Amino acid sequence: MDANGDWDATLNYLEKYRLRRQRLRLRLRAFRKRRELKPLMDRTQQIATGDTLLFCTLRNERNRLPFFLDYYRGLGIDHFFFVDNGSDDGSAEYLSRQADATVFLTHHSYKSARYGVDWLQWLQRLYGHGHWCLTVDADEFLVYPYCETRPIRALTDWLDASSVRSLGCLLLDMYPKEPINSVSCGEGENPLELAPWFDSGNYMIEKNHYYGNLWIQGGPRARVFFANDPKRAPAMNKIPLVKWSRHYAYVSSTHMLLPRGLNGVYDTQGGEKTSGCLLHAKFLDTLKSKSSEEIERQQHFSNSIEYRAYYKGLSDNPVLWTQWSEKYIGWRQLEILGLMSKGNWA
Amino acid sequence: MSVGFIMLVHDALDRAALVARHLHEHGQPVVLHVDERVSDAEFKWFRDGLRNCDHIHFCPRHACEWGSWSIVAATLTASEVLLKNHPDLGHVYLASGSCLPLRPVAELQRYLEERPRTDFIESVTTDEVDWTIGGLDRERFTLRFPFSWKRRRRLFDGYVRLQRRLKFRRHIPSGLTPHLGSQWWCLTRETLLAILNDPRRVEYDRYFRRVWIPDESYFQTLSRLHTRHIESRSLTLSKFDFQGKPHVFYDDHMQLLRQSDCFVARKIWPEAEQLYRHFLAPPDLSLIRLEPNPLKIDRLFSRATERRIRGRTGLYMSARYPNNDRETRISAARYSVFQGFDELFDGFDIWLSRRTGNTVHNRLFSQNRVEFVDAVDITNGALSSSNLLRDYNPKAFLTNLIWNTRGSHQCFMFGPNDQQDISKTLANDTNAQISVISGAWAIPLFHSDRDFSDVRKEAARLQRIEAGFIELLRDSQTRARVSIWTLAEFIEDPMEKLQMILDELGGGVQRRLAEVPQMADLEGFGQFLQSLKNQGMSPHLMGDFPVLEPGQRTDGAQRPYLVR
Repeated sequence: MDANGDWDATLNYLEKYRLRRQRLRLRLRAFRKRRELKPLMDRTQQIATGDTLLFCTLRNERNRLPFFLDYYRGLGIDHFFFVDNGSDDGSAEYLSRQADATVFLTHHSYKSARYGVDWLQWLQRLYGHGHWCLTVDADEFLVYPYCETRPIRALTDWLDASSVRSLGCLLLDMYPKEPINSVSCGEGENPLELAPWFDSGNYMIEKNHYYGNLWIQGGPRARVFFANDPKRAPAMNKIPLVKWSRHYAYVSSTHMLLPRGLNGVYDTQGGEKTSGCLLHAKFLDTLKSKSSEEIERQQHFSNSIEYRAYYKGLSDNPVLWTQWSEKYIGWRQLEILGLMSKGNWA
Repeated sequence: MSVGFIMLVHDALDRAALVARHLHEHGQPVVLHVDERVSDAEFKWFRDGLRNCDHIHFCPRHACEWGSWSIVAATLTASEVLLKNHPDLGHVYLASGSCLPLRPVAELQRYLEERPRTDFIESVTTDEVDWTIGGLDRERFTLRFPFSWKRRRRLFDGYVRLQRRLKFRRHIPSGLTPHLGSQWWCLTRETLLAILNDPRRVEYDRYFRRVWIPDESYFQTLSRLHTRHIESRSLTLSKFDFQGKPHVFYDDHMQLLRQSDCFVARKIWPEAEQLYRHFLAPPDLSLIRLEPNPLKIDRLFSRATERRIRGRTGLYMSARYPNNDRETRISAARYSVFQGFDELFDGFDIWLSRRTGNTVHNRLFSQNRVEFVDAVDITNGALSSSNLLRDYNPKAFLTNLIWNTRGSHQCFMFGPNDQQDISKTLANDTNAQISVISGAWAIPLFHSDRDFSDVRKEAARLQRIEAGFIELLRDSQTRARVSIWTLAEFIEDPMEKLQMILDELGGGVQRRLAEVPQMADLEGFGQFLQSLKNQGMSPHLMGDFPVLEPGQRTDGAQRPYLVR
């Protein structure tokens, strides 16, 4: 209601029609891609009404999975959906042993499945309808107001009561103090302890008038890898938590959705809506092997421009840390720094 | 005499059962109204769970919809059942399934026994109410509301508009003065009985059936007819946010709830295990007689509403991005911009920072790099000195800098040589204080030994840019505080002007100026300007400089610029 209100007024019909067509195309695409998914372990009959679901595509993340699962179980995720894109490190087998996970396998192209979004969208359509669905990567950790005392169910209940259908987040790149190749993440280790630093105040925001979302850039990646070409710097705006309906579709990764009312996760009248952060523990030594692999596979965004830039930067083994980096303590710190907001949730 | 409870239950039945059983165990009768829409299986489970409690009764069920008569109907039915079964009650307390008693029931009982004639019901005339949703207060009583607000908003709104246009007005039954207030009350048996047995009840009920949100007005209005004494407040701690939905209490509110000394709180999140466990535990024996004091909780919730509605000025983030025309304060704090000062005075930035203790940056918007104070590469918030990043979004750069350094006043130098994209933002920002010495950009040109035709071209370019900036600053839309002097004006009495600027900055001790920054040597400047004129350019931003032949004025004549 609230999110839709002022958007609707500005929509013109042609635009509406085009967006509707686009959403239909995206949904058909996901429908076509359904054949690429082979179920490895199906526990979907365990899912109960009102459960919160997590959706994740991954490749070779075996070391990170134990912590990932613990973290999200701690927040109160009831069921995990994984799409394993051809891991050869035993990720899929490990996941299929988890009592609350459903695992699908695919060896098809990550890129032509829109970086996994098509696969997840198909699963969300089948299983996510009417549930709160969290879509994250294996190196992304959701932080929301009061997350250390209130389970995610408290948040979603409150969003439901407020007639809010989606939660906006800033993707917050985390990095170690040392050169990034010198810190490795062993099995079960907390990557947020290995890479606890972040940039607190260098984000640049523009509004995307077509989809209605905010386009946020900045952080250490813009600062170090894209200082000469800021326009190419990766987007840091995410909408990972959505009360899913089978009519919804992610447009580009989890940066924005259709229908675009879901992108209205920010206030335009000067107030603040409730929002979170996705802590992005990507900058550890696994990144370098990942980057070369991704470039070989040509599977990432914009012809791997992002990865090429990293790779070039990474070969210098950079230190992202500066004396002005902040060390992560907890959500209240992020709130005070203005990276997320409690809104009127008290 | 005991207190009877009416509980309206529609979900989280397990929690409602817990509370009902708790009240029952402490000797209070409870009548439960379970929403008709709760499935029969669930209802049966709920009723069976409470079967062995003889003072817990179930009343006939109504399907309750928010904002409709059905909630009042349910309350009336439950009241009748309660008063019939327990004719000896002192007070009747209306609660919901998500209410939780915070203090021992005996304390509530004692509190009410000491006030046997008092009805606790928030009851305010419509003129006094400022919390109604949708702008409907008086009209709640004079229009008809046959459509559901939650499910058929368009019909609801359309019908309201239609009635307004037709100037339709319902007739309020004679003798009634509409009052509004919280749904959750605690009435004396006498008052409640009088409402139930009112000879005109059929008429009242028929009227309130079409009033909007009658559960906030039925008892609030009618109790005024029958009461002996009304305390216009609710004993239930229940806070509503700006959208009119109740705030919810979680485990981490435990301390606040304990300190509030309220008797009952609503609404409790059903999964708040610790709250239920703590507050339903057997009480300490010592009973305390305290007045409820929800001040801290009030403050917490009003801060939350403030955050949602106003937000933090000058912060741009994933949850706050005000439209351009929304805000007069673009940045988070006041800051000062100086144009022309670093050209007129050597080491002006150092002098200013020493005098005021402020952070004084050099040229933040210089073409080649961001000249932060001390020429650092990176500053607060990991803000980079890369001019490309800055120019990609200059407004974000400025607002980030001011946000990151809140608590310390920022100053920076600016000039026509710098990136000008930011100038509009500066002019529109109430927090900006902009001081300009126009034409001072000519001083470095005057001192340079560049080819004179280059100098002339450059002077023309800079003058055009500065003239544009000044025009912007003088626009009626400009919100920044602006002081503009021509170079000639300024050097007439630089001490006084500098003192003015320091006074305005206000940092530190207000002493008279003792030390003045070193002013650039302006001997022959008038002649320089004349040469520009002779070359066909018209330097006008500097003000009027006398054209004097070199040597006509002695050095001594220039000293008065510096020392009083």
